[in-house]
Amino acid sequence: MTGMTAPLRTWRGRVAVGLLVMLALLPWYSPWLDAAGIISQRFALTVMTRVVILAIAASSLNLILGYGGMVSFGHAVYIGIGGYTVGILTYHGIGSGFVQFPLAILLSALLALAIGALSLRTRGVYFIMITLAFAQLLYYVAVGLEAYGADDGLTIGRRSDFAGLIPIRGPNKFVAFYLLSFVVLLLVLGLVHRLVNSRFGMALRGTKSNDARMQALGFPTFRYRIVAFAIAGALCGLAGALLANHTEFISPAMMHWTRSGDLIVMVVLGGMGSLLGPVYGAVAFLLLEEFLPAALAMVLTWLHAGLTAVLGAAAAGDLDAWLKMAEYWQIALGTILILVVLYARGGIDGLFGRSRHG
Amino acid sequence: MADAMLKIDSLIKRFGGLVATDSLSLEVEPGEVHALIGPNGAGKTTLIAQLSGFLRPDAGRIEFAGQDITDLPAAARVRLGLARSFQITSVLRDFTALDNVALAEQARQGHSFRFWRPARADPSLREPARAALREVGLADRADVVAALLSHGEQRQLEVAMALASDPRMLLLDEPMAGMGPEESARMVELLRGLRGRRTMLLVEHDMDAVFALADRITVLVYGRALATGTPAEIRANREVRVAYLGEGDG
Repeated sequence: MTGMTAPLRTWRGRVAVGLLVMLALLPWYSPWLDAAGIISQRFALTVMTRVVILAIAASSLNLILGYGGMVSFGHAVYIGIGGYTVGILTYHGIGSGFVQFPLAILLSALLALAIGALSLRTRGVYFIMITLAFAQLLYYVAVGLEAYGADDGLTIGRRSDFAGLIPIRGPNKFVAFYLLSFVVLLLVLGLVHRLVNSRFGMALRGTKSNDARMQALGFPTFRYRIVAFAIAGALCGLAGALLANHTEFISPAMMHWTRSGDLIVMVVLGGMGSLLGPVYGAVAFLLLEEFLPAALAMVLTWLHAGLTAVLGAAAAGDLDAWLKMAEYWQIALGTILILVVLYARGGIDGLFGRSRHG
Repeated sequence: MADAMLKIDSLIKRFGGLVATDSLSLEVEPGEVHALIGPNGAGKTTLIAQLSGFLRPDAGRIEFAGQDITDLPAAARVRLGLARSFQITSVLRDFTALDNVALAEQARQGHSFRFWRPARADPSLREPARAALREVGLADRADVVAALLSHGEQRQLEVAMALASDPRMLLLDEPMAGMGPEESARMVELLRGLRGRRTMLLVEHDMDAVFALADRITVLVYGRALATGTPAEIRANREVRVAYLGEGDG
């Protein structure tokens, strides 16, 4: 059983296993959190489902960004394609998940092939700009889809139907859907792990390290990069299909360029080119986004109370004026992101010890 | 006489007004070590880039082992057996020495669209890679990340990578560049050991190394072949002495 316990020998492995166990057991300990008055179970599951789904999307971006060095600034477009596939099919009465999900994955892969074929011939800033341009193009196509709600989006009446095998529509739908998303995340992580360590993965990582050298070794690097690009698109489309089911709503905002930016931030924050990095990144980024305003308000209230006690109410001033500052929580988030990028090479994953291989 | 391994016919490459390769014709025989010398700016690296497929010539023809490769992409040329090393050390810096050579072996074995089995646990990649590292004297540095190898070791690794693709012909772009005398001597020994087994086109500034290794030498000046001959003939050539050897480190 040495293979099973191997990850527990390093801090890096222990943290990774610890996080996955925490995520896996959430449905079982969230009732206690609810009972303790910390957070309602439904809210916890809703927030964490979103975290898990975007961790899938970030992991797919990590495949090309972290392992392949391709800074795709339009990755959210595949979330949109996956989401719209589910939404439009449901709208037309095709509710089967066994149709919706494979089609979402296939269409995303095909779109990625097309975008990759045109953008992967460029490098650096040009690549970033072209991927962004394609994503914007599709964003405006979605905005123009009058039949499906245009700018306002489309509410999905029913979640995907898996012939009753996966009870994501029943009374336990929050728990069931969270667990479904988590299992998909595990499968995606397993797939990425196999991919990046296979011959294909070594070729891909080689192109990140030194593309000209790889060509001189006899690798037609474009082919490996575009296949990785398509796989990443497909996995991100899967995340989009899940997200549409989660929110029961699709809109062009799913593929807005700021969503693509968020995905890049998650990957960089968590640790590029590390398997669990995007999961750390998604957890940290989305939880900060969710809870930083409240946390800031709490800290400001304490500070105000302290100042009142020491200097008197007159010197401390009005609490409301203090709490106004919490509205600028994004400045705090930005500062945290900059500090991690500057001082934590390898992102959050890098804090837990160095990986053995680059 | 056997057919040439590499045949360059009236090759022309211009960069704006500069003619970097000027109607150059050259033949490299199977098994020979053919050295290319010439002052800076003579177009040596430009020529290597055209031969290896990184630059497209404006006119002319390149034949390798009887096949026209003028329009083939770089990777396809390697698969035909024409491998190059780089003037500026160009190993995969984030990979270990062994990973570097294993990738070269992986390329030789055909396409890498194998998505499942871990490549680092594949003896059909690791064993030949270890053998190539032994051949260049880097066996005990196999697990060191390439960025941490000394300059000389990185150059040796370059050669090991070129060897791992089991090429019929090696294009060596200044393998001794930036090396100390001791490292240079080791590299000369290494290349001498390959002599006769591999056809080589060697671009090199180190004249001692060139004269020690080459069967024939071509002197390149302003993109043209000024002279081709044995080391003794080149040494005796008046034109060459004036144009090149005389003015420098002859």
